[in-house]
Formats: sequence, structure tokens, C-alpha cells
Amino acid sequence: MTSDHAAASMTSDHAVDIDRHVKVYITVFVALMVLTIVTVAISRLHLSVPIAVTVALLVAIIKGSLVACYFMHLISEKKLIYAVLALTVAFFIALMALPVLTFFDGYWIHV
Amino acid sequence: MDIPYTVEVRRDTGLTNGKIGIWLFLASEVMLFGALFASYILIRTGAPSWPRGDTILDVPLATFNTIVLISSSVTMVMAWASLMRRRFGTYRIYMGATILLGLVFLIVKYFEYGHHLRLGEFPSTNNFLAIYYTLTGLHMLHVFGGMVVNAYFWGPGAKLWKTNPVWFTNRVEHSGLFWHFVDLVWIFLFPTLYLL
Repeated sequence: MTSDHAAASMTSDHAVDIDRHVKVYITVFVALMVLTIVTVAISRLHLSVPIAVTVALLVAIIKGSLVACYFMHLISEKKLIYAVLALTVAFFIALMALPVLTFFDGYWIHV
Repeated sequence: MDIPYTVEVRRDTGLTNGKIGIWLFLASEVMLFGALFASYILIRTGAPSWPRGDTILDVPLATFNTIVLISSSVTMVMAWASLMRRRFGTYRIYMGATILLGLVFLIVKYFEYGHHLRLGEFPSTNNFLAIYYTLTGLHMLHVFGGMVVNAYFWGPGAKLWKTNPVWFTNRVEHSGLFWHFVDLVWIFLFPTLYLL
């Protein structure tokens, strides 16, 4: 697609789509605000650490997913981007698993 | 020589080079912050005791900053949407708001840091403060970097809009992807450091 063609499509083909997107952005913004208040409110309940960590991370994952899916348009992205991110997620999980595995150091030594 | 695939998509990837480039960069950023989060888990779980964040840090101030950063993400995406609608004037307003909200975030952080430093709470004081300053400091550098790029696209870089509006729109989209990533990192930093 040449830049002229692309420029033309920006005005005609996508105009309705963009209007729809803007409504979604506003909805996501409200959801993020509500979830921020929820995050702070939950912390005031002084739950036990494992439950507090689980709930806080769950809310953060929901908020993060909303940002990634809608603001970063991941919900309608090309396969190559998904492939790059799948690889990133795999390495990220491995990275997070490293400190968790240290729990088992003593276990393996004493068994 | 013109830079290839700035506007038209490559057949093999289905993407412009800029789009795939920014996502690869963000993937590396995930690993950078991931390494620091892993360090945080290791230090916290290895410590005999660990303070709750809200006993040391200012939660209302951080909540305000969370709202500021989320708002800046919305103004950023609205700036891109304005360009897609070919409304350059509206783009300038939204992009300007994004830069100002970034500045508000940094000013709040300045007061927060100043308060702790006046109390003698330095990175060397304890592990909690060490990881707090490292994570938030690196995040602040990202906010500043994003602001510099956004300011360029608000000011001198906006000349491209007159000659190649699609390329300019793509550039703003890529800058936005970085900005949203910075917001996303804060969404995880806020509960991790301040609330748990």
C-alpha cells in the first residue's frame, strides 16, 4: 500500500472503526480506575500475605491485560507479534520460576 | 535512500518494520523488568522479615500517580486516534496532555523521593528501600524517555505530518506502544511495592 492509499484509507475506511475504538478506550479507562480503587481497598482488608499477593496480582493481571489488549491493540494484532510475545512469556515465566525454585534447595539436599 | 517499510507492510511479516521493531524492543524490556521482579521475589522471600509497603511508602500519593499514568495512557491512545481521524489539532492537545501528565508523575515522584531522603531513607538503608529505589528509578527513567520522544512528536517531529501523514501516524502509534508499556509496568509495581 502506498502512503497516499494508506492516507486515504485513514479517513474513509477506518473512520467508523476509530469512533468505535474511542468508545472502547473510554470504557477501559473507567474499568482501570475502578480496578485501581479495588486494589487499594483490598489492601486495607489486611489479608494474610499469600492471599493478599494472589488477589493483588490477579487484579494487576486484569488491568495489565486491558491495557495490552485495547490500548496496545493486542486483541487484533498480527500472528508474528503473538509469536514474539509467546516466546517472551515463556522466558518471563522461566525467570520468575528461578527464585521460586530456590525454595526447593533445602528439600532436595535433605531428602 | 528511503527507509523501507515505514508505511507499506512487508509481505512476509504482514507488518511495518517499525511495528515489529518496537515489539521486539518491548520484549527485551519485559525481560529487563522481569529480572528485577525476580530479584525482588528472591530478596523478599529470603529476608527474615519484610515490611508492608504502606508502612513506609505514601499510598495515597502512589494511587494518585497511578491515576495520572492511566489517564496519560488514555490521552496517548486518543492522540493516535485523532491522527487516524486526520484531526491534527486534536492530536496536539492529547499529545500535550500526555506529556504534561508524565511530568506530573515525575514531579510527584520527586516529592516522594525527597521525603524519604530527608528522613535518611537511602537505597543503602535496607533491602526494601534498595529494591524500591531500583525499580521505581528505572521506571522513572522510562517515563522520562517516553516524554522526550512524545515531546519530539508534539514539536519538531510533527513536521512529518505534512509530507507523510501515515508514516507520522505509525511513529506516534509506536511511541504510544512504549508509553502503554511504561503504564503496564507501573500497574504491577504499584501493588508490589506499595500495598503488599
